[in-house]
Amino acid sequence: MRRLSTFVAPYAIFMVILVILPLVIMAQYAVFDKEGQFTLHFLLSFTNEEILNTFIYSIGVAMETTILCILLGYPIAYILSRKEMGFPAHLITFFILPMGVNMLLNTFALVAVLDVLHIPLGTTALVIGMVYNFLPFMVQPLYNSLCKIDSNLIEAAYDLGASKITAFFKIVVPVSIPGIVSGVMMVFMPTISTFAISELLTMNKVKLFGSVVQASIGSDMLNYGAALSIVMLLVVVITQVLLKDR
Amino acid sequence: MKALSRIYVVLMLIFMYAPIFALIVFSFTDSPVFGKWTGFSLDLYRNIFNGEVPDLTATVWSTAVIAICVMILSVLLGTSAAIGLYNLRYPSLLRKAISFTNSVPLINPDIITAISLFLLYVFLGVSRGMVTVIISQTVLCTPFVMMCVLPMFKQMDKDLFSAAIDLGASTFQAIWHVILPQLRPGIVSGALLTIALSIDDFAVTLFNRGNDGLETLSTYIYSDAQRGGLTPEIRPLFTMIVVVAVIALIIVNIYSSRREKLRKKIFG
Repeated sequence: MRRLSTFVAPYAIFMVILVILPLVIMAQYAVFDKEGQFTLHFLLSFTNEEILNTFIYSIGVAMETTILCILLGYPIAYILSRKEMGFPAHLITFFILPMGVNMLLNTFALVAVLDVLHIPLGTTALVIGMVYNFLPFMVQPLYNSLCKIDSNLIEAAYDLGASKITAFFKIVVPVSIPGIVSGVMMVFMPTISTFAISELLTMNKVKLFGSVVQASIGSDMLNYGAALSIVMLLVVVITQVLLKDR
Repeated sequence: MKALSRIYVVLMLIFMYAPIFALIVFSFTDSPVFGKWTGFSLDLYRNIFNGEVPDLTATVWSTAVIAICVMILSVLLGTSAAIGLYNLRYPSLLRKAISFTNSVPLINPDIITAISLFLLYVFLGVSRGMVTVIISQTVLCTPFVMMCVLPMFKQMDKDLFSAAIDLGASTFQAIWHVILPQLRPGIVSGALLTIALSIDDFAVTLFNRGNDGLETLSTYIYSDAQRGGLTPEIRPLFTMIVVVAVIALIIVNIYSSRREKLRKKIFG
């Protein structure tokens, strides 16, 4: 079987050039300024109050979105994963399907619906739109993990005298933790980093961290943009480390 | 409890589908503003087929070309990588390294992948355009293909390949006739996923498309947003994409359930 292993080579080369190297270049851009002087942009950027506020605000919106996605998505995943509820097995597809619809277009359509409902564009609309776009990404891993629960286990808990609530928190919730973790990863970071969606939903009034990064690259401040991207990358690494051991 | 959960599921479905439904409904009216009903009309559909919105037609073509190129590239790269990875003799370190790099584009927000690639092209002095968009999207999609293909090996007999070689097949023949047919479901779902990802991709395309006016559907909608209104013909275009996607989904479902039945019939 040895010969087959060489098949990995093109991909390995491809990934080194297009995944690893770009990140190295990004780091290099981040620690030098335009004249090639060594600076620590990404530390300095946090002395800028506006950036700091945007960053904190983005984390807040991302947390709000993530929590709402869990609160709204968990019941869906749970109800549809229990066969005794009598929902058709394919119904879950309908909750995951919007993932495949262009997010920008989805948001555009949502803006029109919000208009009909007289919900003004702004921070509320922003959170509604984020939840709307990212809910499928939470429902899917939750559903997958909840499907693994053996109904007999819950029955056994009832037989042993557990109340419905105890059974839920002692049996269902622990099994679904991996689902929650991957759901959080799929929702939290994308929320911080999106820029188009937030621009659409707030008519450019509210800026998320992604918008700031995009704007600085767009206005040719490459080093600054790279530095902010590194900050974002650090957040990714931190959330990964925090969530990985669960 | 049952009634309550039923109401909840229905309410959430309405929440998820109201905007999509609105887009479809308003594709059948010719109002330039999305959300205003000015009577039933198929004008917008006519406009698309008569090519009266040339920049939209060009956008559809470039989106399709990019999606197909990305699909071919990522399926080739991802499948060969999966074959290689599965057959590594000393897997531990190299496999770990590859699965780590593989997870980088999966975990990273799109915008970071987009910016890092953008800086790579700037650094190398490569001019940006359709080629860089295709390459960049391939970076994004190949890990997904591997994710679809790798599990297929679990059901495969490791000795099949050696058996084919012993019986006189060339490496290529053994791969083509023995390994690939076993991987087919994974390859097909990887390819479909890639097309969907490519069409939906926004950040990576936006940063790496250059300044030659190359637009994909996502960036086109974004420019629309900056101008402050959705091009009306997007509505019927979207409706048709949804119809095609739903038909494709139904076909895939029928196909897979048939295969499942067949397998049950054969293996009991």
